[in-house]
Amino acid sequence: MGASLSMSDVATIIARATALFEDLDFSAAREWKSARPERKVIGYMPIYVPRELIHAAGMLPLGILGGGDQLEVIHGDAYYQSYICRIPRSTIDLAVSGRLDFVDGMLFPSICDVIRNLSGMWKVMYPQVYSRYFDVPQNYCDAIGGNYYVNELAELREALGHLRGAPITDEELRGSIAAYNDNRRLVRQLYEYRRAKPWQAPATEVYLLTRAGLVLPVEQHSQLIRDYLSAAAAAERPRLDNCRIVLTGAFCEQPPLNLIKSLELAGCYVVDDDLLLVTRWLSEDVPTEGDALQNLAHAFLHHSESTAARYEPDASEKGQHLVRAVRRAKAEGVIFACPSFCDPALLDRPMLQRVLREAGIPYVAFKYSENFGQMQPIREQAGTFADSIKLWSAQ
Amino acid sequence: MNTTTTQQKAALRDVHKDASMRKQKAMMGAHYDRLTAAPQTGEKVCSTFVPGNLNELIDCFGLVNNLPEVNAIQNGLRRISGQYVLEAEKIGHSEDVCTYVKSDIGMMAKGNIAPNGRPFPKPDVLLLSYTGCFTFMKWFELLREQYRCETIMLHTPYLGDGTVTPNMIQYMVRQLRDEVIPKLERVSGVKFDIDRLRERLARSAQAEDDLVYVLRSARNRPSPIDAYFGGIYYIGPIFGAFRGSEDALEYYRFLRAEVDERIAAGTGPVTPEGDMGAEKYRLVVEGPPNYTNFRQFWKMFYDEGAVVVASSYTKVGGVYDLGFRHDPRKPLETLAEYCLGVYTNRSLPMRIDMLSRYLEEYQADGLLINSIKSCNSFSAGQLLMMREIERRTGKPGAFIESDLVDPRYFSAANIKNRLESYFQMIEQRRSGAAHAA
Repeated sequence: MGASLSMSDVATIIARATALFEDLDFSAAREWKSARPERKVIGYMPIYVPRELIHAAGMLPLGILGGGDQLEVIHGDAYYQSYICRIPRSTIDLAVSGRLDFVDGMLFPSICDVIRNLSGMWKVMYPQVYSRYFDVPQNYCDAIGGNYYVNELAELREALGHLRGAPITDEELRGSIAAYNDNRRLVRQLYEYRRAKPWQAPATEVYLLTRAGLVLPVEQHSQLIRDYLSAAAAAERPRLDNCRIVLTGAFCEQPPLNLIKSLELAGCYVVDDDLLLVTRWLSEDVPTEGDALQNLAHAFLHHSESTAARYEPDASEKGQHLVRAVRRAKAEGVIFACPSFCDPALLDRPMLQRVLREAGIPYVAFKYSENFGQMQPIREQAGTFADSIKLWSAQ
Repeated sequence: MNTTTTQQKAALRDVHKDASMRKQKAMMGAHYDRLTAAPQTGEKVCSTFVPGNLNELIDCFGLVNNLPEVNAIQNGLRRISGQYVLEAEKIGHSEDVCTYVKSDIGMMAKGNIAPNGRPFPKPDVLLLSYTGCFTFMKWFELLREQYRCETIMLHTPYLGDGTVTPNMIQYMVRQLRDEVIPKLERVSGVKFDIDRLRERLARSAQAEDDLVYVLRSARNRPSPIDAYFGGIYYIGPIFGAFRGSEDALEYYRFLRAEVDERIAAGTGPVTPEGDMGAEKYRLVVEGPPNYTNFRQFWKMFYDEGAVVVASSYTKVGGVYDLGFRHDPRKPLETLAEYCLGVYTNRSLPMRIDMLSRYLEEYQADGLLINSIKSCNSFSAGQLLMMREIERRTGKPGAFIESDLVDPRYFSAANIKNRLESYFQMIEQRRSGAAHAA
């Protein structure tokens, strides 16, 4: 593609990603599945599941992130009290309305009690569908948490093998690890590109592009990022006098796309975030030689992202990942955007804010829900924050 | 008229308590005195949680157990948790999160005063028994910031598939053996003695037998106990700082004898206003109670002749009535099994099975869910649970909402209306069934 790339190529790529984002019927995944009779689709929720195992079984891992602001929740509210966050109710709505009827299995990762309990609801509501609460260790010692996690991975591997009717081979697993290593490298490259030139890779585009990775086969997604990076580099865009911010707290229930747009309109370049962490949870390549499950476990224990759902055993390390993200991205402030009623994000927030205060990093905080539509206050808050940063940095 | 009102008020002030309740009050008082005297006596303090409470192990090291949830409950019962919650929100904690945490944080900000009026000591160790509640992890990370003391994580895997696997047990035993115990040794300066642990576990099992006897006594008609409001008192020692102790053994022997007397006399539960009148409705209750208006809440039941014959909340610190007992023959494995089995660590299908079973075994008229605003571990999924249990048992469910220790979320009129409607519904079902017969 190279020299012939232009804004229209970027627009084409983003149009595709947008179509995938807006498609609450998951047509792309349905088409993928219907192409061959033996194909199966395994849904998963935030934050992290080892997608390599699903891929190795020849199945499509499908990220389920609720219904966003496009879904009118009709059934889901009957399952949840008003003080429970939005993502489970819209996920239930997706299921009850038949939008997930092609999904052959669901994984509910260990993130919070709401998603945990949703795993049980799934078992009650859809007993014929394979579903699993995917627990991960909060102990990071190889001999303790590592052993436990290897066995959990082995159980999942066996279950997926059973679902497809043949065990997952080591070779398949190594091939999948390689495919996801490639994908994670590209996502990291995308984030690095945005850190370097945020005007060239707006947050909405990076989000849509990353999010496409939750519905596309990994190989297709990797190609999409490659194409975007080439196209974005070839199309110069105006650089604005925006401040540089890190967005945090949005690792589970997704903010409306308009919220991300609003931050940019308010004068903020988002130079790092914790959106869609599954795409870059493992921060280093997983070795493709040796015992694949041991390698995945080792990567999880020692080379994975920090987030609120994960216990930080070292008190002095608490929140430092955020400080490092700010320093690495040369950010000037942090925006805490947390979903309403999100225990992990909201309980963690005061600790992270303390760390930022000590590091002299300004921050602002607000809450949202996935169907939140009042962007004016967000623009005002983010705009004021951006202005104040500009004023401080000028002093 | 005025005289009567005054007499009624006086009667309300003069709360009727079982002898066992008075005994427990004395035990709790002595415990708080011991705890708050720790800086003078030199005893070391271990803060931990009710679900996954490893009291036998803590006691092996001579550590004094401090339970922040129990402190929050005490503050709720004493109607001071509201101001603590507000204080925590003022210093940056979200209005959306657990009020136990905010009550604790607010109490610290306001001097950290224990129920006996003396300040709580700084803990020497935070034993983060991460069992059945995500908030626990954040809670102790928050406390670690304040106290800057040793913090030990013990991760209990969730029973998502409804079974305890060898992998789970092995994981927990390794954590106990290789991390929890060595760190407790270091903090306490006491060498671990497995025989001391066995002795305590044996005592626990005996007390658990008596507790189960008491809880199962609610199968009688009339039930001699209220297994929710009264049950909260009955679980106090075993869920708190006394499991494995001689005190707990004695308390449960005493309680069992007291319940036997009531069975023999054919009397119902003791309420704050004396013996309950005729038993009209038998309920199973899911979810914690509200503590800020505890007596008012309870009164709404006993005034209507409603007795709770089984509840899930009285299983939050350990499920014993399904057969589990601490087993001194396998000390670490038994601690692991205990943690894995606590109510909030059980999958929703397991909880549904358990409550459905209670409805049948205790011949209850229906299921009432008290959904707690700030407790997602309990609350998320309860509406589905209610529908599923209704479907399985054919018995009616009802749903009310309140909060643990935040008085802003207790709406007496609303709850009372719902309860009255529910009791009417049970009556209508009965008359419908009678006509059908």
